[in-house]
Amino acid sequence: MTSMTTTPNTVLHASGVTMRFGGLTAVRNVDLTVNSGEIIGLIGPNGAGKTTFFNCLTGLYVPTEGKVTYKGTVLPPKPHLVTQAGVARTFQNIRLFPNMTVLENVLVGRHTRTKEGLWSALLRLPGFKKAENASRERAMELLEFTGLADKADHLSRNLPYGEQRKLEIARALASEPGLLLLDEPTAGMNPQETRAAEELIFAIRDQGIAVLVIEHDMRFIMNLCDRVSVLVQGEKLVEGTPDIVQADERVIAAYLGTPFEGAPGDEELAEVEAAETAQSTTSTEGDTQ
Amino acid sequence: MTTNTTHRDSGTPLIPLPTSLARHTVTAGAAIALIGTFMAWTWTSDFPGDLTVDGYPGGLQLLTLTAAALTLLFALSAYGVQGLRWLTPAGTNAPLRLLALATFGTTGYTLGAISDELGGIVNLEPGAYVSGIGALIALIAAFALPGDTPGTDTTGDNPWRRIRHTLAAPSARPAQPIPDWAGILVIVAAFAIGLYVFAYGIDTAYTELFIGFLITAGFTFAALTQAGLLTRLSALTAQHRTVTLSAAFVAAICFPFTQSSDEYALIGANILIFATVALGLNVVVGLAGLLDLGYVAFLGVGAYAAALVSGASTSSLGVHFPFWAAILVGAGASLVFGVLIGAPTLRLRGDYLAIVTLGFGEIFRITMNNLNGNSGPNVTNGSRGIPAIPDITIFGWDLGISHDIAGFTLGKPGNYYLLMLVITLVVVTVFRRSADSRIGRAWVAIREDETAATAMGINGFRVKLIAFALGATLAGLAGTVQGHLTSTVTPEQYQFAGSVPPNSAFLLAAVILGGMGTMSGPLIGAALLYLIPAKLQFMQDYQLLLFGVALIVLMRLRPEGIIADRRKKLEFHETGQLDTPETSLTDTPVGVTKAGA
Ligand SMILES: Nc1ncnc2c1ncn2[C@@H]1O[C@H](COP(=O)(O)OP(=O)(O)OP(=O)(O)O)[C@@H](O)[C@H]1O
Ligand SMILES: [Mg+2]
Repeated sequence: MTSMTTTPNTVLHASGVTMRFGGLTAVRNVDLTVNSGEIIGLIGPNGAGKTTFFNCLTGLYVPTEGKVTYKGTVLPPKPHLVTQAGVARTFQNIRLFPNMTVLENVLVGRHTRTKEGLWSALLRLPGFKKAENASRERAMELLEFTGLADKADHLSRNLPYGEQRKLEIARALASEPGLLLLDEPTAGMNPQETRAAEELIFAIRDQGIAVLVIEHDMRFIMNLCDRVSVLVQGEKLVEGTPDIVQADERVIAAYLGTPFEGAPGDEELAEVEAAETAQSTTSTEGDTQ
Repeated sequence: MTTNTTHRDSGTPLIPLPTSLARHTVTAGAAIALIGTFMAWTWTSDFPGDLTVDGYPGGLQLLTLTAAALTLLFALSAYGVQGLRWLTPAGTNAPLRLLALATFGTTGYTLGAISDELGGIVNLEPGAYVSGIGALIALIAAFALPGDTPGTDTTGDNPWRRIRHTLAAPSARPAQPIPDWAGILVIVAAFAIGLYVFAYGIDTAYTELFIGFLITAGFTFAALTQAGLLTRLSALTAQHRTVTLSAAFVAAICFPFTQSSDEYALIGANILIFATVALGLNVVVGLAGLLDLGYVAFLGVGAYAAALVSGASTSSLGVHFPFWAAILVGAGASLVFGVLIGAPTLRLRGDYLAIVTLGFGEIFRITMNNLNGNSGPNVTNGSRGIPAIPDITIFGWDLGISHDIAGFTLGKPGNYYLLMLVITLVVVTVFRRSADSRIGRAWVAIREDETAATAMGINGFRVKLIAFALGATLAGLAGTVQGHLTSTVTPEQYQFAGSVPPNSAFLLAAVILGGMGTMSGPLIGAALLYLIPAKLQFMQDYQLLLFGVALIVLMRLRPEGIIADRRKKLEFHETGQLDTPETSLTDTPVGVTKAGA
């Protein structure tokens, strides 16, 4: 049925995913492939259906039509089984466990990779301590990796915004995923934090985890991604390398709402970019002082 | 003059008076109140406790004496007396105010009670006036002391909020490390005091003494909290977990041996049953966040199951299982019911569960009523219940008769108390171990955010069912002992709300009052909720009303319950208040105002 190629390299393959809410079709017949070692961007104007698409992939919504496979096996539409299979995610509106500590949040992420049941906990069977310690060790490694190690004992709700986003990533990584879905990981971050997030995502990719990321920050997306997919009103408009997508007139039209011709827009873009660069340099200086 | 400006900067006191003068006055007032307790307060011994004796205090005077002595002690600590500074690591003036309230409350209540019962204030002897006026002076002066938490911006003009503000204290200053043996000694002493206070409360022989006890203990507890001593203690107990648990256990074992009468030992045993069931409920409500309004039914299932196999002549089964088997049957039956009720309902989210469990609780009671031979097969004798359940015999040790142990006589309630204590220990262990494990974290995660929890790979239904079934099993376990202790099980013992705890409403209240998700919270909450109605018989008719009012007041004043969850404590700890300088603010603000002027 699908015309898309699935190579042994394919991590995630979604085909014909459609999601209807009553009369509204939030996602319409979307195909997407993520190969191992790739960072794929998913962009689109507000309300385009990006988050809904994520929810379809991770089993939070049962798609009306279409199917999703992970490394060749069909993903059941149950969130915990999707995570078990190896797809982890973060949320657009941060959804940590606010009254648990930072470390405990990450430990919850280890749930699918540990086995100790109630009996083991109650009787403190021999394996219990070992497994618990191993989990803690792994969780601390992840906190080191995301730069949160010194906040391990803080309540997650007391973390500043940027660190909450990082913690969500650490928690997702704790489930040892093969594919990480990030829903607007830099929303609300300042330029430095955004750059740090970029580094973090590259580092995650280097660990052999494929990444699918939704983001509105174009510069971030264009720096980061191997391929970018554009969703508009639930449908996939274009997919390709950042250069191709950036140059596509339909994409620009979708974002700005009007068809437009060449020069003035480019100039404006350059101006804005220059201003932004200036701003970020000053703020860096301000910080070092 | 300067002190006045100080006041404005560090929480305006409600009464304008120079700080040092106020402090002297508190000290003097407390001393006067203390001296007054050594004099007669009334002329006749008609008032219980015999307050007619000059020379040594008795009855309610002892409570005033205790409160006044503590006030004095904390006043001296506020002076900065060497060797007493450790009393006030957090607030200094707020605890003083609370202790002055304790002194005044107890004394005032006693004087009121004497006048009321004997017919007029003419019945008061000079000693009563001495203590009363001393306590009043101390109270007024205590409210002239500046607040412990700086800043008035949050207080505004609302007098209620201003009072709240003057009673609040900052976090405790960092503790000096003390050697292990000293820490252990402190813990042991704290538990010895705790046992003494608890036993004193149970043993109060007349209503007036119990009310006075509640007033003194309540304000003193608040004062110790604000002084930061309880924070210190809980830090110590966290450091020496095993010692703490052993100390608590030993203190609990000692309790029946301190009781000369069966009546009070019975109260102790009932408190333990109530507390154990509340702790079981805390797994379901506090950890997993599942609102179970019919929890007492699981206690009933356990009690009925054990009664049916107990060999009682009225049991329709007519079998007599040994106790260990009865326990398994009781807990097993509750487990089965827990799974049966939980499996279809736990797939739902939110309030549906509360409604279904509420329904189940009622269905259980009505079914037990109807299985009487008329409206159904005769299994439970209907509303007559299963009477004459024989006493438990463990290793030839009959719990129904008195035994002499090391010179102490332990009656039937004492025996059951000790058996129940073993069950409590089991439940405490289960609670601790399950909470601190992968499954416990999954429960809390589900409670915090179910969507995020499932997205982290937690099978919500499965994990919730485990919590629900475990909670049911623990209740069933307690039920087996409860059935034998009361020797009769009737459907009316297990209802949603009634005047006798444990019932579902009281169990839930014990969890919320004590502190959700904590281990000691429900134990303390249950003890209070059992003791207060048991001791204050006169308010039986208004019990549910007063209970509701008390719950509302408590939720307004201390929403986290008596014992704050470790997580909530952490939240407090992280507000940065730790770094605020301790209350030697008296100098700095003056300088500031001067500079500003
Ligand atoms: N559970 C739901 N029921 C009904 N409509 C929904 C539901 N979830 C999403 N929608 C609708 O689907 C459309 C797509 O929403 P979605 O959140 O996926 O957009 P998005 O691309 O993530 O936007 P943004 O960039 O603002 O996050 C919106 O019109 C939204 O109102
Ligand atoms: Mg979105």
